[in-house]
Amino acid sequence: MSSRDSVLKAIRKSQREATPLPTLDQNWLTFDDPIDQFTTVLESVGGKCIQVKSLSEINDRLAEFPQFESANVRASTIEGLGLPTFSLDEIDDPHDVENVDFAVLAGEFAVAENGAVWVTDETLKHRVLHFITQHLALIIPNKNVVNNMHEAYKRLSFEGGRFGTFISGPSKTADIEQSLVIGAHGPRSHVVFLVDDAF
Amino acid sequence: MKHATAAAKFIANDERAHWHDKALWFIRSKRDRMAHSVPEWELLRDTAAAVKAHTMTHLAELLEQFEENATKLGATVHWAKDAAEHNEIVHGLLREHNVKKLVKSKSMLTEECHLNPFLEKHGIEVTDTDLGEWLVQLRNEPPSHIVMPAIHIKKEEVGELFHRVLGTEEGASDPPYLAEAARTALRQKFMEADAGLTGVNFAIAETGGIVVCTNEGNADLGVSLPKLHIASMGIEKMIPQAEHLGVFLRLLARSATGQPITTYSSHFHGPRPGGELHIILVDNGRSKLLASDDFHRSLNCIRCGACMNTCPVYRRTGGHSYGTTVPGPIGSILAPSRDPDEHSTLPYACSLCGSCSDVCPVKIDLHSQLLTWRRDIAALGYVSLDKSVPMKLASAVFRRPWLYRFAGRVARNVVPWMPRFMLYNPLNVWGRKRELPEFPKESFQQAYARRQKTSGKGGVR
Ligand code: SF4
Repeated sequence: MSSRDSVLKAIRKSQREATPLPTLDQNWLTFDDPIDQFTTVLESVGGKCIQVKSLSEINDRLAEFPQFESANVRASTIEGLGLPTFSLDEIDDPHDVENVDFAVLAGEFAVAENGAVWVTDETLKHRVLHFITQHLALIIPNKNVVNNMHEAYKRLSFEGGRFGTFISGPSKTADIEQSLVIGAHGPRSHVVFLVDDAF
Repeated sequence: MKHATAAAKFIANDERAHWHDKALWFIRSKRDRMAHSVPEWELLRDTAAAVKAHTMTHLAELLEQFEENATKLGATVHWAKDAAEHNEIVHGLLREHNVKKLVKSKSMLTEECHLNPFLEKHGIEVTDTDLGEWLVQLRNEPPSHIVMPAIHIKKEEVGELFHRVLGTEEGASDPPYLAEAARTALRQKFMEADAGLTGVNFAIAETGGIVVCTNEGNADLGVSLPKLHIASMGIEKMIPQAEHLGVFLRLLARSATGQPITTYSSHFHGPRPGGELHIILVDNGRSKLLASDDFHRSLNCIRCGACMNTCPVYRRTGGHSYGTTVPGPIGSILAPSRDPDEHSTLPYACSLCGSCSDVCPVKIDLHSQLLTWRRDIAALGYVSLDKSVPMKLASAVFRRPWLYRFAGRVARNVVPWMPRFMLYNPLNVWGRKRELPEFPKESFQQAYARRQKTSGKGGVR
């Protein structure tokens, strides 16, 4: 018998009486001002949230960041934003984005309760950019802020397969004596722009 | 080795034992703050427990459903009945892809399977990329905690290690400096790797996807650069639908480290374009555990580590004293299921305080399962003499009231006059760290009778 069949058989032999799935339809935590909550939690995990009226404001705000100003290699997936120094589409091997200092990427929505932003690789050829860039800026329409993770999953569909991840703040580690160090392997800074006018 | 013997080594260094205790209690306190900030915390725990219970009673169907959906998305699903088969599958894949260098993110399953030494024997360079895991790998020791593998290591020791391995400044112990050195060294490993291997936190039957949670981003870096992604998971990682992640992701990081969510919660659905995703479903004793009426609920564990952080024994004796991949309360239930003889002392590394059951996000009745294990271990005859003989004596005494009264008289009238060397001798294991209480002049029965007399015949007042 194949391992598959023997494992399944062993499980079936010991499967006990079925219990039902619980309902997820509950009064889960919501916030009076989800954007405010998102901002507070994101700061508590080492990130930063900036609200802007329009996309055109973002370049000016980015310029205020020393890590943006000093970035030699910049990447962006949003037209007109982030002063990219090269075109991502021309790159075939993900290893070639190793030297990106600052990436400006689109996020889909934000979660107020935990400061997370849902990002995918739908418009991004190399998903590694989220993790390999030294500094990351995510852009989200400010109407896309949900209260909690239950609302988040209501928005998500995984049909057809795609990569997606919740990112909450910059990469971090506390593996050396529980001292929090920002910038473990991935981004050393993380800023989220919430934009008023939809794009 | 007996837990008490291994623990004695750890607590011999009193200062370190206290430091360890404090570090874990700090995390436990952060967990409390996070839990209290979610008003529906208990509802979440109940829901999570119910989802897991449902999953375990439908596990075979869910695994088949997962396999079908993952395959549709272009992933390849493998099945391994034990550790050896798992390791063979990994090695086979690496050989097929001509992989010389492998980067791994944290996976307790591959620790359980002893994958690293197996691959190294075959000439493959394996790098554990979670900083804590890398530290213990470089020190050639197992993790001492499932979430914080290097929680037992001091920053000065990291400094020495990095000075030796990476050439950092001698005597450096500044965590940001050391972490930066690790970042640079591990970047190199990521860039050179031919394949990435991750563990799995959750596998979704309905969608065929897997979810991996990290704070460092090492899992994502490790599998987004090379073409080959291998994901190793125990069959108990299954959940029915994606929406259940809402429940588990709200609980996991809050319980584990007191964060609102891990920095990265990555959902992999099929391989990335041009890449390959291989998912290995591993049994290795899990179906046997599922068959156990007493212990099957231990399979519901989501490996948050909260039970360790809160455990008074774990905090004071360190993870290595357990001698198992998963230490602490949950480890003390899982390990005897594999080998009750080898791990017979673990269910006794517990004060039955019940704190673990209180913090467990999926409401496993940890302390009562530990108590049940003691019964089973006694029945199997694995209890050591220093426990079984006093228990037999006690039972003989308690069953005979005359003997009980006699023993009481001896204790009250003779023991206080006995010299210390007779009382605190090597046979008295109990007395090693404890002092006998002062013995009262009269027994409870005598005291009760006296009070009855002085207060009249009114019965209990
Ligand atoms: S038994 Fe519960 S508390 Fe312990 S690691 Fe597992 S899920 Fe966490």
